[in-house]
Amino acid sequence: MNQPGHIVPLRVYFTIFGALMVFTALTVWVAYHDLGNFNIVAAMTIAVAKATLVVLYFMHVRYASRLIWVVVSAGLVWLVILLSLTMSDYLTRFAAV
Amino acid sequence: MSTSTNPVLPAHHFDDLQQQHEAAQLGMWVFLITEIMFFGGLFAAYTVYRSSYHQAFGAASRHLDITLGTFNTVVLIGSSLTMALAVHAAQRGRRRAIIGFLIATILLGAVFLGVKAFEYTHKFHEHLVPGHGFQFPDAALARPAELYFGLYFAMTGMHALHMIIGIGILLVMIRLAARGRFSAEHYSPIEVTGLYWHFVDIVWIFLFPLLYLIERHQ
Repeated sequence: MNQPGHIVPLRVYFTIFGALMVFTALTVWVAYHDLGNFNIVAAMTIAVAKATLVVLYFMHVRYASRLIWVVVSAGLVWLVILLSLTMSDYLTRFAAV
Repeated sequence: MSTSTNPVLPAHHFDDLQQQHEAAQLGMWVFLITEIMFFGGLFAAYTVYRSSYHQAFGAASRHLDITLGTFNTVVLIGSSLTMALAVHAAQRGRRRAIIGFLIATILLGAVFLGVKAFEYTHKFHEHLVPGHGFQFPDAALARPAELYFGLYFAMTGMHALHMIIGIGILLVMIRLAARGRFSAEHYSPIEVTGLYWHFVDIVWIFLFPLLYLIERHQ
């Protein structure tokens, strides 16, 4: 056992970088079009896609052990709890007024 | 022995190199999750106030320079690429390449911070810094717009602080690499530094659309 980690081919890094550049251009382009409430949906979908590429390839989670997968997923679940419970409160709190 | 400064591998409390390497990664991920919760609180505050003051946040966001924001996004993602290439070089045990890519990462990070400093200066001149001197063209939206700029400076400021710390860590890594502390068997510090740097990149991937791109079509 000489090599403790998975070596990702260089081609993968450059492909991911290219995809991130395309997504960056796309998110700026789409921001200038009036999609109503879907502007924020489009912006966040692209941001999540970019973040997923960074986590899976630049941060090597795609090649990591199950334990790392569980820890990363748990972190995202807690973030979703933080945001969803906060907003479920704020978006319904003033409804009766 | 000339290699006596290098750690014995694997360290005595690990079964093998693979386990030691994974333990380092796991520890960094646990720290990054505390960071996710830290920035998550800021994002939650942003979401709450944006849902309450939708119009003012849109008007305030149009005071940011979209060209500079896009430029910085490209620079920061570029620095993530050079960071990934530094880890790749470390896995191959190429010392000079490690140092070269880490220096490139620092330079790109410095360009990002320079542009950020330029933007901050511009905000000061436009009286858009929250506090006593805050002035907003549309007086009816001034209070919630001040809230927007409070969040803008808090979020981008914390992000910039993380980058400054990251550059400090990168400088330490360059020093260690120059002393020959890393090899194809032992490069966990570089890998873990990479995890931190990519995390800071991800925070910006969300800050950029939320702060710069909202309500641009109006």
